[in-house]
Amino acid sequence: MYVTVKGGEQAIDAAHAWLAEERRGDVSVPELSVAQIAEQLGRAVDRAMSEGSLYDRDLAALAIKQSQGDLIEAAFLLRAYRTTLPRFAHSLPIDTASMRAERRISAIYKDLPGGQILGPTYDYTHRLLDFTLAAGGTPPPVASAEPDGEALPRVPDILGQEGLLEPDEGSDATPGDLTREPLLFPAPRDVRLQALARGDEGFLLALGYSTQRGYGGTHPFAGEIRMGEVSVEIEPAELGFAIDIGDIVVTECQMVNQFKGSKTVPAQFTRGYGLVFGFSERKAMAMALVDRAMRAGELGEDVTAPAQDIEFVLYHSDNIEATGFTEHLKLPHYVDFQSELQNVRRMRRAAE
Amino acid sequence: MAVLARASDAAIAERLDACGPLPAFERVRGPEQGLVMARGRTGGGGAPFNLGEVTVTRCTVRAANGLIGHAYVTGRNGRHAELAACVDALMQDTACTETVERIVITPLEAAEHARRAATAAKAEATKVHFFAMQNMRT
Repeated sequence: MYVTVKGGEQAIDAAHAWLAEERRGDVSVPELSVAQIAEQLGRAVDRAMSEGSLYDRDLAALAIKQSQGDLIEAAFLLRAYRTTLPRFAHSLPIDTASMRAERRISAIYKDLPGGQILGPTYDYTHRLLDFTLAAGGTPPPVASAEPDGEALPRVPDILGQEGLLEPDEGSDATPGDLTREPLLFPAPRDVRLQALARGDEGFLLALGYSTQRGYGGTHPFAGEIRMGEVSVEIEPAELGFAIDIGDIVVTECQMVNQFKGSKTVPAQFTRGYGLVFGFSERKAMAMALVDRAMRAGELGEDVTAPAQDIEFVLYHSDNIEATGFTEHLKLPHYVDFQSELQNVRRMRRAAE
Repeated sequence: MAVLARASDAAIAERLDACGPLPAFERVRGPEQGLVMARGRTGGGGAPFNLGEVTVTRCTVRAANGLIGHAYVTGRNGRHAELAACVDALMQDTACTETVERIVITPLEAAEHARRAATAAKAEATKVHFFAMQNMRT
């Protein structure tokens, strides 16, 4: 129980003024611009957009500046901002097969058609601090090569040709939307994927890792990971046909998992799917692991581990909700605590 | 619209200026900011799901000759949406479709192609060419 209390207004104003000063830091150091954040802290921007569930690089950069780099706070600011805007339309489903891939790798086919494209990755770096960055300066020139024009077929399509991989299910029914309807259980896979796409990277990473360590193991292989720009198309009512309104960068992960088969389904590989805003490979992979783990029930596997428990995962994956309930403990609980205090005193007296 | 959505407002304005005198336009709707819920497909090719929202700006204009132009562009730049709507209205006027195509769309499209080609060339340079284990040659 919370008690309405008055007062503290001056203290709050003073606290916020101090916060603003803290945010700016030493004024003899040049101020960060939003454009600098958008350009030079790209992975932070990606994470704020993904967990804020709002794709807008400039807004995300502003949110990061405002939150002093606290990315959950930044995501919270984006979630709050989106509530001020009307929704014009939904897009046609983005076509990741026609992505202009900047990165595309597969851990299951060395010589897959289109090749292994590393892109701007941290993989193979030695994780040694680079003190030349502290000194500033211009990065070395980037290599370029004439593209051979080879298409990048999706790995599931390659495996699917032999019937060794479960196919995509094709119903074009309107998907559930967590931002408009309350979460109901059993949650279908479309709602689960939406929740995972906006879920906390750390939470999904830990859960995905837990499946690898044996808590609901699914023997995953990174079938394919790709990152790049995809077109967003909408069909406005006043036009009656689809128009292309620009690009977004997304990361997609196709996890391929072992499956014994059942009475009705021959032995084949199953799949977990990850798709997130921006270049967020760690999250896309974790999402794919958790997506697959949550399919345990439908695939007739025992549901024993946290990652397989749909309700557990969906109720705890949203870091804005988790922050709200954790941090609400800061609100005045004076009366609650007084009653607890009296209880403990009474119990002590009774025991004496 | 795909070309206009990806061009900057300044680039569209510069190309429109090159078209010579233009009819007057009045705003019918917007420019106004809003959202589009971007959808993906389960597994990349299956049932749709809601991935997350994208900021979008839309605008509708009416040219002096009565033709209506619509535009939706990602982002929050009202001028971008308005200029794109003006081009859309101009394109519907058969008398100037060809001119606008040549002076506005074609150069902007070429710039976008160049940008994509530069990215594709960088990606190609990071393509792995494996060595065979026996002789360490490609």
